[in-house]
Amino acid sequence: METGIDFETGALLLGAFLFAVGAAGVLVRRNAILMFMCIELMLNAVNLTLIAFSRSAGIEGQVLVFFVMAVAAAEAAVGLAIIIAVFRHYELVDVDRVSLLKW
Amino acid sequence: MVAPLQAEPGFAPVLPALILLLPLLGAVVNGVAAFTAPERKAIPTLVGPAAIIGAFVVVLLNFIGMVADPPEAAAIVSFWQWMPSGDLQVGVDLGFDQLSMLMMLVVTGVSSVIHVYSIGYMREDPGYAKYFAYLNLFVFFMLVLVMAANFALMFVGWEGVGLCSYLLIGFWYQNPEYSSAGKKAFIVNRIGDFGFLVAMFLVFVHFGTLDFVAVFEAAPTTLTVGGGVVTAITLFLFLGCTGKSAQIPLHVWLPDAMAGPTPVSALIHAATMVTAGVYLVARSSVLFAMAPVSQAIVASVGAATALLAASIAVQQYDIKKVLAYSTVSQLGYMFLAVGIGAFTAGVFHLMTHAFFKALLFLGAGAVIHAMHHALHETGRHEDPNDMRNHGGLRSKMPITWITMWIATLAISGVVPLAGFFSKDEIIWYAGAYGYAILWGVALVVALLTAGYMTRLMVLTFHGDNRTGDDAEPHLHEVPKVMWIPLAILALLSVVGGWVQIPEALPGLPSMHALHDWLEPVFHPAVVVMEARGVHAAHASPVGGGEALWAGISTMLAIVVILLTFRALVRRRVPAADAPAPEGLAGILYNRWYIDELYDRLVVRPSLALWRGCWRLVDVGLIDGTVNGLAGGARMIGWFGSLTQTGRVVSYLFFFVTGALIILGTILW
Amino acid sequence: MIAEFFFLLFVVMAAAGAVMMVASRNPVASLMFLVLTLFALAGLFVLLDAHFLAAVQVIVYAGAIMVLFLFVIMLLNLGHDSDSDVRGLAGRATALVLGAGLFAAAGTALRAGEWIGAGTPAVEAATAAPPSRGAVQVIADPLFREYMVPFEVTSLLLLVAVVGAIVLARRQAP
Repeated sequence: METGIDFETGALLLGAFLFAVGAAGVLVRRNAILMFMCIELMLNAVNLTLIAFSRSAGIEGQVLVFFVMAVAAAEAAVGLAIIIAVFRHYELVDVDRVSLLKW
Repeated sequence: MVAPLQAEPGFAPVLPALILLLPLLGAVVNGVAAFTAPERKAIPTLVGPAAIIGAFVVVLLNFIGMVADPPEAAAIVSFWQWMPSGDLQVGVDLGFDQLSMLMMLVVTGVSSVIHVYSIGYMREDPGYAKYFAYLNLFVFFMLVLVMAANFALMFVGWEGVGLCSYLLIGFWYQNPEYSSAGKKAFIVNRIGDFGFLVAMFLVFVHFGTLDFVAVFEAAPTTLTVGGGVVTAITLFLFLGCTGKSAQIPLHVWLPDAMAGPTPVSALIHAATMVTAGVYLVARSSVLFAMAPVSQAIVASVGAATALLAASIAVQQYDIKKVLAYSTVSQLGYMFLAVGIGAFTAGVFHLMTHAFFKALLFLGAGAVIHAMHHALHETGRHEDPNDMRNHGGLRSKMPITWITMWIATLAISGVVPLAGFFSKDEIIWYAGAYGYAILWGVALVVALLTAGYMTRLMVLTFHGDNRTGDDAEPHLHEVPKVMWIPLAILALLSVVGGWVQIPEALPGLPSMHALHDWLEPVFHPAVVVMEARGVHAAHASPVGGGEALWAGISTMLAIVVILLTFRALVRRRVPAADAPAPEGLAGILYNRWYIDELYDRLVVRPSLALWRGCWRLVDVGLIDGTVNGLAGGARMIGWFGSLTQTGRVVSYLFFFVTGALIILGTILW
Repeated sequence: MIAEFFFLLFVVMAAAGAVMMVASRNPVASLMFLVLTLFALAGLFVLLDAHFLAAVQVIVYAGAIMVLFLFVIMLLNLGHDSDSDVRGLAGRATALVLGAGLFAAAGTALRAGEWIGAGTPAVEAATAAPPSRGAVQVIADPLFREYMVPFEVTSLLLLVAVVGAIVLARRQAP
């Protein structure tokens, strides 16, 4: 059996794929929470890419992933709080209907 | 004040700046008064005439100095460099020579008298202060015109008097007809000014300077006699003269200018501004002497204008219009004179004409004043100027009657009044230089003059009064402040001609004071003309010497006066609202339809052209472009606004697309 | 051998989970699929010698953050099927195109770059250490030495996030 599957290349490709899927998901869904989840997916894809590279590029990649996770946690908390606040006003989380940015 | 540069020691101008500053100051003070306290008449009453009388006194001082020590060349007083630009060096220079001195005397003298008269005439007008401000300003500019030592400064005065003329003609601007008259005067003048400007350009190109002294000294050697250049210069100068001095073809503004107050007509449109053209030709005598073609044109136009205007005056019923056409006619005489090279005669007539024409206008003003007063008192609205409403005023206004008869005799050329000597000189020289036709025309015009002036006197002062029984008792003589100027001018009309009495006349002492006085100024021109072979004969074209023809012309004038008087004093005068006469009389009454001709030929096509330009270029092109740009900007903005949907997802879409584009650019 | 098998397994799980997450109509189902993906990723982390981070991934990401999402979904009562959630055909087509474009871009970047191959001595020495304690120490060293300041700042960030979330989400005083 071929032992030549390069973990790094595969992981990188998977990372690219997950990133693309996450981006498509953000554009496709209307529910704010689900859009958020797709963004989290994109973040994870980035994490995967970082770790894949850190195997050959140095331990700093993993340190960076650590920080990314911390920030993602903070961001998730605040973002969900915003969504809750918006929901209170509009009774729904459909981003198409919540067009506060238009005059 | 800068020290004057002199050609030689002797005559030094005394306080030259004051001559200009006093009227200017008067204008400013009266102007301020007009704005701040127009109802207080004391200030303009004092300042207005005083400024001019003060200037007259200073001029008199200078005159005395000049008489004591006549300069050979002009004494120039330089104030500052106005345009030092490369080859063109123009300074604010005033020139004191015999000619400018004479003009200054006439201008300040007659102006003083008219200012005093105005105190009475304009007393009840609400624009009293404004009037004196404008009048003072006018005198200032007129003095700049006659005192200037170069073409550019003279042009400043030229334009300035045009401006003041416009302001004063349209003085009662609330009446649209009057303000139109002001506009007409200014616009027609402008056409003439174009000529003046072109002439200035030509002078500068060929002489490199605009100073009179330099140009006239260099002219005989720099330009060829009879050549194209000097002819062009003089013709363009003359174009300016036809505008300013109301000769054919630009004479149409002067009769309309009678819309202004009568003292204005007396000062500006009889004595001073309209004579600026004659002064210009006299000043440029050397140039004109070198251009026989131009001279011929000047003389012919002058004669033609004289004849045309005199013919129109015969059928006019507005007293001021008669005098206006008379002025145009007499100006024609002056141009006839300077055209044939009799410069002294032209200037002589300018001086005497100032006296009796101003007198005539002021007298007419007195009549109008009295008529206006009478009609106003009885609540009637007839035209106070229309002579058909006058009649029999000699018993009511005796002083005016006498002084105006004096002026009439003077203008008709009856000996020994002023007009006889000046007019006779012109007629004589026309014949002596060999211009038979001009001589004949001059004679005919003299007779016509006598005729229409007598008609004016008869209609106004003689016969029965036609003002109406209710108004008649209210007619009375004008106050002292108005008839004393009349008396002064009458005196001048009598003695004013005695400065130049030809030797040939028997029984009268010969005087050539004026000729001698002006000789240094016209000497170069005379030299040129003699070199051309022009000299005065001693017999008229049909034989007989000067004395004979002088006598004949006076006789004829007296005969015409008497005949006209007899014919008209009994004749029934048409009512003021009668229809216009038919036939030849109708043509004269309608001023040979010249105004209508201009309207058809010039005014209407111009208006159509300008309207077309407005619609096509201004509204269509320029407004279209500007509005189009604005509309375009709005379109672009509208397109841009389509991206502002307010929906997060469309922003995300742009986001990702943008990221893709950037990535693509980097990777490829 | 075993490693490769698990590698492929995890890759497939992650990819499938991601696609299902995007396509699912039910929010809770989507969330579950995302959790599946995260678990698979944790496994991949292990295979890529990031043991500590794999643990953190499971504990923090799959454990805390996803649970938070679930709480919010339940709180807002969004747990039902809703087919109006996904966009119409035009939207899906656009998303597909853009997604494909992104994948292509990323893929090209990977191909084009000359990235460091496996087997540089420094890393091998680091990852040659036995798991458990060694893996943690390998991260802990740089974290508390060179990256001390970002570490402290991150703690501040978390504090701010907590305060912000509380302020945003509480009921407005009447």
